Amino acid sequence: MTDQDMSKYPLRLADDKVPMVRFMNVTKRYGDLVVLDSLDLDVDEGEMVTVIGPSGSGKTTVLRMLMTLETINGGVIYVDGEPLTHMEKGGRLVPADRRHIRRMRANIGMCFQHFNLFPHMTALENCMEAPVHVLGLPKAEARDRSIELLGMVGLEDKVDQHPARLSGGQQQRVAIARALAMRPKVMLFDEVTSALDPEVIGEVTNVIRKLVDQHNLTMLMVTHQMGFAKEISDRVCFFYDGKIEEQGPPSEIFGSPQKERTQQFLSAVLEAG
Amino acid sequence: MMSYSAFLTEYGPRFLDGATVTAIQTVLAAILAIVIALVAGLMRLSANVVPRWVATTYIEIFRGTSLLVQLYWIFFVLPLFGITLEKFTAGFVAVGMNLGAYGAELVRGAILSVPRGQWEAAIALNMTGAQRMRRIILPQAMVIMLPPWGNLLIELLKGTALVSLIAVADLMFEAKQINGTTFLSAQAFGTALIIYYAMARFVITPAMRGLERRMRRRLSRA
Amino acid sequence: MFDWRWDFTLNILPRLIEATGNTLLAAGIGYAIAVVIGLALALAQRTPFRALTLAVREAVEFIRSTPLILQIFFVFYVGPQFGIRLSPWVAGMIAIGLHYASYLSEVYRGGLDSVPRGQWEACAALNLSPARTYFRVIIPQALPPSLAGMGNYLVGIFKDTPMLSVIGVAELMHTATAIGSESYRYLEPYTLVGLIFLAISLPSAALIRAFEAWVRKKLGMTR
Repeated sequence: MTDQDMSKYPLRLADDKVPMVRFMNVTKRYGDLVVLDSLDLDVDEGEMVTVIGPSGSGKTTVLRMLMTLETINGGVIYVDGEPLTHMEKGGRLVPADRRHIRRMRANIGMCFQHFNLFPHMTALENCMEAPVHVLGLPKAEARDRSIELLGMVGLEDKVDQHPARLSGGQQQRVAIARALAMRPKVMLFDEVTSALDPEVIGEVTNVIRKLVDQHNLTMLMVTHQMGFAKEISDRVCFFYDGKIEEQGPPSEIFGSPQKERTQQFLSAVLEAG
Repeated sequence: MMSYSAFLTEYGPRFLDGATVTAIQTVLAAILAIVIALVAGLMRLSANVVPRWVATTYIEIFRGTSLLVQLYWIFFVLPLFGITLEKFTAGFVAVGMNLGAYGAELVRGAILSVPRGQWEAAIALNMTGAQRMRRIILPQAMVIMLPPWGNLLIELLKGTALVSLIAVADLMFEAKQINGTTFLSAQAFGTALIIYYAMARFVITPAMRGLERRMRRRLSRA
Repeated sequence: MFDWRWDFTLNILPRLIEATGNTLLAAGIGYAIAVVIGLALALAQRTPFRALTLAVREAVEFIRSTPLILQIFFVFYVGPQFGIRLSPWVAGMIAIGLHYASYLSEVYRGGLDSVPRGQWEACAALNLSPARTYFRVIIPQALPPSLAGMGNYLVGIFKDTPMLSVIGVAELMHTATAIGSESYRYLEPYTLVGLIFLAISLPSAALIRAFEAWVRKKLGMTR
């Protein structure tokens, strides 16, 4: 990328009204395959944005880029006004180094489809691991914080269990507590109910509902559960072919979608149940 | 002809001395092999080409030639480069370096077989590269690589028999000496074979099984 | 470099190359023995006779867990004690062949175990004879998963041939040691032996991997 290109991106976002997350002209390619094409997306502080769309539409990639699990091929991502993927050097933006990424990553937490709990640690140890070793909290404080969060997700009686002894729904709730223990400003939920048996999905969605009601977290969620998306989101983005085809409040997207592709997608998934 | 029990009474202590030296050689070579395997295995996975290249070269050289060639080279040729190792040291160093190269591939394979999601979760929790490796990946990789390490340690035990060729007085060496004075080859070499077998089957294998069980329990994969 | 003498190197190179022929011959014969005996050992563990299975299993375990060099000495020296004289070559081939047969039997066992039960049941349902079941149905499927292990042990047996030098088989290591004791120079012969081993085993390993891929493709077992 040339300097010319970078000059149109601000070093940090202006102070008047800063979105918590801003994707600015972000492009992601795997070889010749364009996964995301010049994406522009803002998420405000405290907003719950749901990303829906057919598989391969790039929706999971949006979250993974924000978590810095994927690099980007063009554009800039800002978090809380500061560039995430880039940093300032000599008055211009250059690709972020490891230190900058680690500092910025502290703002973001993520929950995965397959939970990814650490199998060699108990639920409590899973939650305490990063607060102690990354944030440097005293063990007692990390323990209190973790136990409180495990209580919040309804697992106070499972703190000393290893993941192998927990059901999928319980594991996912531990994973949510683990991410929250880092006190992120932005939480990402990547198809967190897709690997769960239908009867335990409610355990997890109830926790997310609680987060929306009681905390001022900024959240981005990829899901296939249209009912849940409709109920809980402030805004729904429909992705198609690496672009946002249509976005708006859930009542509009689900009630009266304007674009033909949105209508097709929604009728297909609703029919499938 | 001497009865086998008379043979054992006469030469038992020498077999025992030899077996002790073999055990010490095995332990020292194993420690060296484990250290080398960890370092070289991690270097093979480095993002930087220099350590990767160094480790690959090391592994290819030691796996591409024979332990016996390496032992002779270390003992007879290395002194010409100003590095003289006493025979006992040269013995376990050669064995440890050779098996360490094989172990490095086990370490690398085990690390790579830890699911991707574990790396990603550790990144999402903002752990440093070193923390990810030490606290999340290695404990899981350890359980994966223990069974093949059991086999490798038996290979290592067998490998130590070669140090007799540079006159380290191990079990193999004693067997050869006893054969040379008594010409009771079946008794001399047979007894040594049985002792080696017992060390592999009744010491190394159960020890590794026990370690595996303990590790697995700690991982709590019921 | 460190007193490396090129004239000496060129002088001994022909002898070493000649000895390399013996090394390859030893590896080839030993491997041929191992391939056949190994299959017998693997099949012997699949008969209905439990005692035979257990005995063979234990023998394989024993051979696998004891040093090859000791086995070479054992075979070479025990014969004369009972009036049987074996030449170094014969004793060496028996020892190394049996040692690797025990390894290969484990490889075959893994390959045979990887053939799904349903294949045996299908053969029984079609009333195929045991021989036909093995040679037409089971072994062709057990082969590809065994190839990687078989290839590794081919390179392995080649690298273990230097041990034959201890009973006087005139392979590479034996020749290099002879040169060393004649000339009191070990740098060149032992280094050259190492290089010759590298020059053969590295390309062989690559070749074996290519062969394995080719067989899989030939048998239609890759997409």
